Amino acid sequence: MRFAGTDSYIATDDLMVAVNAAATLERPLLVKGEPGTGKTVLAQEVARALGRDLIAWHIKSTTKAQQGLYEYDAVARLRDSQLGDGRVHDIANYIVKGKLWQAFEAEVAPVLLIDEIDKADIEFPNDLLLELDRMEFHVYETRQVVKARQRPLVIITSNNEKELPDAFLRRCFFHYIRFPDRDTMARIAEVHFPGIKPALLREALTVFFEVREVPGLKKKPSTSELLDWLKLLLAEDLSPDDLRAKETRSLIPRLHGALLKNEQDVHLFERLAFAARGQR
Amino acid sequence: MFLALFFALRDAKVPVSLREYLTLLEAVAKGVAGFSAENFYYLARTTLVKDERHLDKFDRVFAATFDGVLTANPDSGAEEMLLALPRDWLRALAEKLLSPEELAEIETMGGFDQLMKTLRQRLAEQKGRHEGGNKWIGTAGTSPYGAYGANPAGVRIGQERNRHNRAVKVWDKREFRNLDDGQELGTRNFRLALRRLRRFAREGAATELDLDGTIADTARAGGMLDIRFRPERHNRIKVLLLLDVGGSMDEHVATCEELFSAARSEFKHLEHYYFHNCPYGTLWKDNRRRHSARISTHEVLRTFPHDWKLVIVGDAAMSPWEIMTPGAAVEEWNEEAGAVWMERLLTAWPSAVWLNPAPIRMWEWTQSTQILRRLMGERMYPLTLDGLDQAMRSLNRGTALVPPFSPD
Repeated sequence: MRFAGTDSYIATDDLMVAVNAAATLERPLLVKGEPGTGKTVLAQEVARALGRDLIAWHIKSTTKAQQGLYEYDAVARLRDSQLGDGRVHDIANYIVKGKLWQAFEAEVAPVLLIDEIDKADIEFPNDLLLELDRMEFHVYETRQVVKARQRPLVIITSNNEKELPDAFLRRCFFHYIRFPDRDTMARIAEVHFPGIKPALLREALTVFFEVREVPGLKKKPSTSELLDWLKLLLAEDLSPDDLRAKETRSLIPRLHGALLKNEQDVHLFERLAFAARGQR
Repeated sequence: MFLALFFALRDAKVPVSLREYLTLLEAVAKGVAGFSAENFYYLARTTLVKDERHLDKFDRVFAATFDGVLTANPDSGAEEMLLALPRDWLRALAEKLLSPEELAEIETMGGFDQLMKTLRQRLAEQKGRHEGGNKWIGTAGTSPYGAYGANPAGVRIGQERNRHNRAVKVWDKREFRNLDDGQELGTRNFRLALRRLRRFAREGAATELDLDGTIADTARAGGMLDIRFRPERHNRIKVLLLLDVGGSMDEHVATCEELFSAARSEFKHLEHYYFHNCPYGTLWKDNRRRHSARISTHEVLRTFPHDWKLVIVGDAAMSPWEIMTPGAAVEEWNEEAGAVWMERLLTAWPSAVWLNPAPIRMWEWTQSTQILRRLMGERMYPLTLDGLDQAMRSLNRGTALVPPFSPD
């Protein structure tokens, strides 16, 4: 079964090759790219397109690799021992399965999303090397070996906050999601808002790419911001002329709150608008 | 043929290993790429490249390796020549813009194959750099070959951007160029690089409640509460920072400030001193009182134990005399040469690096940089993210002599 994008996700050719390579060879796929270019959504869409379950493991700065495998709930056991519960004699009752274990156990190989792996400690990826490579691990407490029934399709996303170790990278396929060009962006917008008026879309995209071009923006708006903005535009039922009405007031796009996410950027825009008016 | 790509990538310093190569072969054998060159390019890229900084290098190498094959004219060596063309030879020195009418005038030549064939002939005929004009390969002309030109049927060689959006192949578009190294440095990036230099240890009095240990031990003891304490976890690394100030360092002030603020927040044990050009008999802590409140270097040498890590930041650009002979320092009379003092510093703190904010390509043009680099045992690194990273690795390795830093 090959992945070729879905009705709500436009995948470029290189992304399809990367996903299919990872699915065929059953190796993890590492996805990087600007924030808001659909890294996390990719895993959901792949799961949907291939008809598999999605198991998402969202990484935080405190997440340990061990938590993905299993955790030993000592507190519960302590409580049970004081209450005289019979379960206390079997340690297996207090082993809590992690996301990786769940993925290994599934009947049909699921899609396992390890989201924002760079948020965790530097050593985190190293601790998962063997588990992702052989798809098995050893449970110390019960002396059992958990082995994957079918190798899950692992999709890992990273925002580049930390560099990942070479040994880890060698085991993955890698894909960098480039920022979509205008045509791709138009297709993405159409997929999300079927029946959007071409004139409005064209005008909105022009404004959007103009905003991205402005030098010195702290946070460039990305795909997800554009989609939010379009949703607002449609909700307000604005016409393309409203977007084009720059001369009248300012250069700041209508409903800019969806595109510009901090006040410095808004100020920058106001200054630019002021300067532009001065030139005229 | 894939082997050629593999070794070419390794030559271009793209870190690929045998494992990745075998993965590529496996994927090809399983038919992931199908039979299209473009898909093979995507597959090779996703398999062999693991960092967006290397994507541009990969594109270049891929083009170099497969151009002869994929243009269906494998018999000639001209393609290798094509990519071996010296960069500066084609560098854009001038640009000539033609009007749309003129553009329309230029007739397309007989297709892509014809272009490549003629290009090969021209390459054979031509020696040297060329600019303007309408036949030879060079920049800004109307000949179909070379960069920054305006022939619509042109073959682009070594051009910074795709000027008229008429490039032929994906990998030649080089869309990832700006991801290639030389990234903006911010405090955050610096901090992440410095974070490599961590050695955590629990030392001192046991003051912190060890929750996991307590629970585990209590459970093991069958429910009898057994409280555990442990010492706090600290970064044990201690860093002595020597900063060059004034003179040619002025242009690097912003970068050095960022490094300094990052280092201050990252290391608990950090001491810093300033010097000018090269460390001599005295150092100072406060730039405003640099003439009144100087500290003897001997005192500094005595104060900090050998396990401190020495980080020197400076552009190492000065007259060679200032290092090699006594009495040549700019700001003070030095009884002993800078080289002697460098020896002393390195004996006191064997684990040391020199961070140089000047671009690495400039180093070979300054003799003093060469001398200091030799004195440091080649442990001089550029003050870029990459360089800082390597410097921290080298410090982590301790005193062992490290292989020289190679640019790119």
